[in-house]
Amino acid sequence: MISFEHVSKTYPNGVKGLKDINLTIGDGEFVSIIGLSGAGKSTLLRAVNRLIDITEGEITVNGVSVTKAGKKQLREIRRHIGMISQNFNLVKRSTVQKNVLSGRLGYYSTIKSILGLFSKEDYERTREALESVGLLDRLHTRSDELSGGQQQRVSIARTLVQQADVILADEPVASLDPITSRKILSDLQKINREMGKTILVNIHSVEMAKAFSTRIIAMKSGEVVFDGTPEELDGEALTRIYGRNILEEKEEEADET
Amino acid sequence: MKLKDTIHYNWYKHLFVVFLLLVCVLGSAALTEADFSEVFENADQIGIFMGRLAHPDFSYIPDILDPMVKTLKMSVVGTVIGVLFAVPFAFLATTTVTRNPVVTGIIRFFLDIIRTIPNLLLAALLVAVIGIGEATGVLTIAVFTFGMVSQLIYESIETIDYGPIEAAESVGANKVQIAVWAVAPQILAQIASYTFYAFEVNVRASTVLGYVGAGGIGVVLNSSLALLKYERVSIIILTILVVVAIVDTLSEMIRRRLA
Ligand SMILES: Nc1ncnc2c1ncn2[C@@H]1O[C@H](COP(=O)(O)OP(=O)(O)O)[C@@H](O)[C@H]1O
Ligand SMILES: [Mg+2]
Repeated sequence: MISFEHVSKTYPNGVKGLKDINLTIGDGEFVSIIGLSGAGKSTLLRAVNRLIDITEGEITVNGVSVTKAGKKQLREIRRHIGMISQNFNLVKRSTVQKNVLSGRLGYYSTIKSILGLFSKEDYERTREALESVGLLDRLHTRSDELSGGQQQRVSIARTLVQQADVILADEPVASLDPITSRKILSDLQKINREMGKTILVNIHSVEMAKAFSTRIIAMKSGEVVFDGTPEELDGEALTRIYGRNILEEKEEEADET
Repeated sequence: MKLKDTIHYNWYKHLFVVFLLLVCVLGSAALTEADFSEVFENADQIGIFMGRLAHPDFSYIPDILDPMVKTLKMSVVGTVIGVLFAVPFAFLATTTVTRNPVVTGIIRFFLDIIRTIPNLLLAALLVAVIGIGEATGVLTIAVFTFGMVSQLIYESIETIDYGPIEAAESVGANKVQIAVWAVAPQILAQIASYTFYAFEVNVRASTVLGYVGAGGIGVVLNSSLALLKYERVSIIILTILVVVAIVDTLSEMIRRRLA
């Protein structure tokens, strides 16, 4: 369970990224966070594993305070939170295997990880993770030789070997074509349903958010302006979020053509 | 077409620069009391010298092979030691991994100082401290390499892709793990390339280190010059030229492969 209590973030330049956010996200939810660029979606997501320090309030993950965690505790918390991003964040010159295996770094001492002394189980976990995203045959391929969609699946595999209970995905499909995007999101959905992992995903497409998630949160200027099921996200709610009903506009466009 | 429409529209600035250069050259010549006529008066000396240089003493080759190999060895060992020390310092000289601007500031200041010491002066200092010999040469080369390569590496570190750092951070990796797993693979090829580049520079530089007593071919060159054995000087210079050319070519080939 992830909870936000009166969370605010003011960037050093005075911009308010988050304003008094109160949220509780239960285990096994698939939450899509929508909203315009600059609404605060990335800030919200990156506050969860403290890639960004919040300025007010408290965030807890499974009852443990992320906000108050010391260095060592934070490492421990981060092990259980996977992260994927728009840019995949792979070491492009390294092989797929190395990139996936790096998801285990939080479990190893410095010296063991420098020498590459990973356990047999972790090599096995790597194989399993790659198998579940359909890339087992690419174990020794250099990551930059893969397509965007494949690279994103490698980064999903990395969160799997990490054995994270929570996966944060910051616009994971923003740089991919619609068909690949749907494949990636259904991979995440499968992970959510079959492994019971909690998923928080920032996404631009309202349609995809509606199609894949169990809950949708909309943000505007650092505030939560909608929180409900995909069914509840109707035209009126969309107008509140975007200033107009973007889904209807799309339908009209489709009618015209 | 008017002058101001051409690339020469700044002509008065260019003229001023030329004028400034002239003033500098003539001014410094006057200050140091340099007399260019001396150069021409000693022309016959040059003639004699060149004449003997043109007759390299090939029979001397066996005697210079050993010091030449020593020079190469000194370069290899010095380069490797220098690079080994340069890598961790390069990491400390950027905030990329440490996120600590204070450490970065101190380390950069230290590296800047190391780099300002001229090679020969460093060798002379070390000869004074450690004494004459190859070890001094190796140390000189190591320090010189350290200064040069650490800067090249930290500049590379600053241009890497930060995505993998964030990824490593988010799985709970510590700073050393981030350096080794997220940063190092991105700059490894460049480090290898810099190492060969440093080796090239060092082979060239180390040939003269013997001059101040730091071992290698420079010692032989120095003594031959002092004994006015220009035929030997000639063959030594030839040997150095050939070796440097070979090293440069090989190293460049390898570096192109690495890129
Ligand atoms: N490092 C930063 N420094 C200052 N302002 C920032 C920084 N990161 C984001 N912001 C600002 O905070 C707001 C929210 O940004 P972000 O969370 O990235 O939005 P989103 O992901 O929804 O596009 C924006 O106004 C953005 O300009
Ligand atoms: Mg964003």
